[in-house]
Amino acid sequence: MSEVIALTDIRRVFTMGDQQFEALKGVSYSVNAGEFVAIMGASGSGKSTCMNILGCLDLPTSGQYLLDGLDVGAMNTNQLADIRNKKLGFVFQGFNLLARTPAVENVELPLVYAGLHSKERREKALAAMQQVGLAGKENNHPSQLSGGQQQRVAIARALVNNPAVILADEPTGNLDSTTTAEIMSLFSTLNKQGITIIMVTHEHDVAAYAGRQITFRDGNIIGDTK
Amino acid sequence: MDFLQTVKIALRALRTNKMRSFLTMLGIIIGIASVIAMMAVGSGASYVISQQIASIGSNIILVIPGSTTSGGLRTGSGGAQTLTSDDVKAIMSECPSVELAAGTVRSSGQVVYGNMNWSTVIMGGGPELFEIREWGIANGRGITQQDVDGAIKVCLLGQTVADNLFGSADPVGNIVRIKKIPFTVIGVLERKGQSPQGTDQDDTIFVPLRTAQRNLVRSQRTNNVGALIVKAKSEDLLTKAEEEINSLLNQRHRITGGKEPDFSTRNLSEILAVAEQSSKAMSLLLGAVASISLIVGGIGIMNIMLVSVTERTREIGIRMAIGAKKNDILLQFMTEAVLLTMLGGLIGIALGAGGAMVVSRMLEWPTLISFQSISIAFVFSGAVGIFFGFYPARKAAGLNPIDALRYE
Repeated sequence: MSEVIALTDIRRVFTMGDQQFEALKGVSYSVNAGEFVAIMGASGSGKSTCMNILGCLDLPTSGQYLLDGLDVGAMNTNQLADIRNKKLGFVFQGFNLLARTPAVENVELPLVYAGLHSKERREKALAAMQQVGLAGKENNHPSQLSGGQQQRVAIARALVNNPAVILADEPTGNLDSTTTAEIMSLFSTLNKQGITIIMVTHEHDVAAYAGRQITFRDGNIIGDTK
Repeated sequence: MDFLQTVKIALRALRTNKMRSFLTMLGIIIGIASVIAMMAVGSGASYVISQQIASIGSNIILVIPGSTTSGGLRTGSGGAQTLTSDDVKAIMSECPSVELAAGTVRSSGQVVYGNMNWSTVIMGGGPELFEIREWGIANGRGITQQDVDGAIKVCLLGQTVADNLFGSADPVGNIVRIKKIPFTVIGVLERKGQSPQGTDQDDTIFVPLRTAQRNLVRSQRTNNVGALIVKAKSEDLLTKAEEEINSLLNQRHRITGGKEPDFSTRNLSEILAVAEQSSKAMSLLLGAVASISLIVGGIGIMNIMLVSVTERTREIGIRMAIGAKKNDILLQFMTEAVLLTMLGGLIGIALGAGGAMVVSRMLEWPTLISFQSISIAFVFSGAVGIFFGFYPARKAAGLNPIDALRYE
């Protein structure tokens, strides 16, 4: 299996005034295509910092990050935006959909920035919505959808550009247990279709859906179980 | 990301806060409307002045008699009666830059027709006078050289005089009495309107020069004329013609050394050019005052755009995470600001044009809304959007996606 993500000795140091804080203290791991990984850890363990770096929203202070074979550390902000657009799909805890915008246009958003024409965008967006089980809800605004449905829209948005990896940051944090189960089984289904998923969570039963659990503490990996 | 999509997103954002968008636009609307209205009124004023210049005739020099001193008493300007028909002939033959010259005499008095009477200006002149003044005949015929040479008692009426004596009837062929002397009306002049000084040029009655010299004006010599009106061959030759006339008349009137000339020359176009310039300066000033309100409107736009950027920090974060580049975000907010100002500009242009039309209807003042002023206003409103939208847009584009996503 090919490596989609390869982190080598990643460090991230935050400087606040004259105080320095090392959030990641030399983290190395790799994720193969088709894996479903849960990243666990208490708050302040470094898992969110790691997620930001994985998501190309932040750059490591030192170390090497290869995403789908590309060295992310050497890229400028425009190239990073391009990588986020083409290689990554984001699912957030708070859904982060655009209010007052129909669901299907939310799903289309990455394709807008990819420069696709409206007809092609609509086709792909409708297909992605079908894939997450939201056919028929295309024109609903986020406020007209339940939490679970909103998260499905967000997952469709993450899927629509055929990314190499889907990054989910506490995707079930705002959902009740029934909906959590639904969303997690959707992730499992998508994973079985060959999609690589990396998910941050602090709930063990949610992490159990993943095939591999990586545990962070104080900026280091303390566990990696398959 | 294609431009159409950017515009669509911007329009949606503006629609979301309709009231706020409208109030923000109001500054631009008022600014543009006042610029348009002021420029319309200003160019209307220039139009009036240029019409009046045209009504005088082009390339005109006036020679008016100076003052004279008799027994230590100086009369005012025009008191001297030393210009003669011979001076006119001499100017015509000896000044190369002069195309035409005409002598005039001027009097005023009562004109009577039947039971109607009217007090008006009586001018004596020949056919050259009407040629120089570019003044045509509306009805009947003009004064000919034969009328002048024979001192025939005929007259031409200005429109105002014709209206007051004859109403809607045709005056041609009728007899009017000017200072109790009967004159046959041979024609009516075209309407000329107000002079730049504000007098009604149509309130005049014209008689042949020699007829006036003999019958209507009391003077020592019958070939005396009042003012001369001279047309230069071209605008460039105006000053030269004026110099030629001055030196010729100085010579003819034996004015040497420190002797005060008994005439003076006036170049009308120059006076009017000054008037036109001052009206242009006025409209520029009005425009400048109006553009201040545009700047104030622009600051309003900037203010609201800054609020909007703060409000939509999370949206900006989402867009960035999903793949929007800095320039996409910059362009989106710039587009929003420019749409706001351009929309305001369009409404302002419509309001300003409407306002100018109301002004011209109510005050009977001509207003001119040129394509130029509309396009300037439109481009300017867009420029205000770019200028005042840039800072908030740059602020939006400079956000860190991680912080923006976490913003509550």
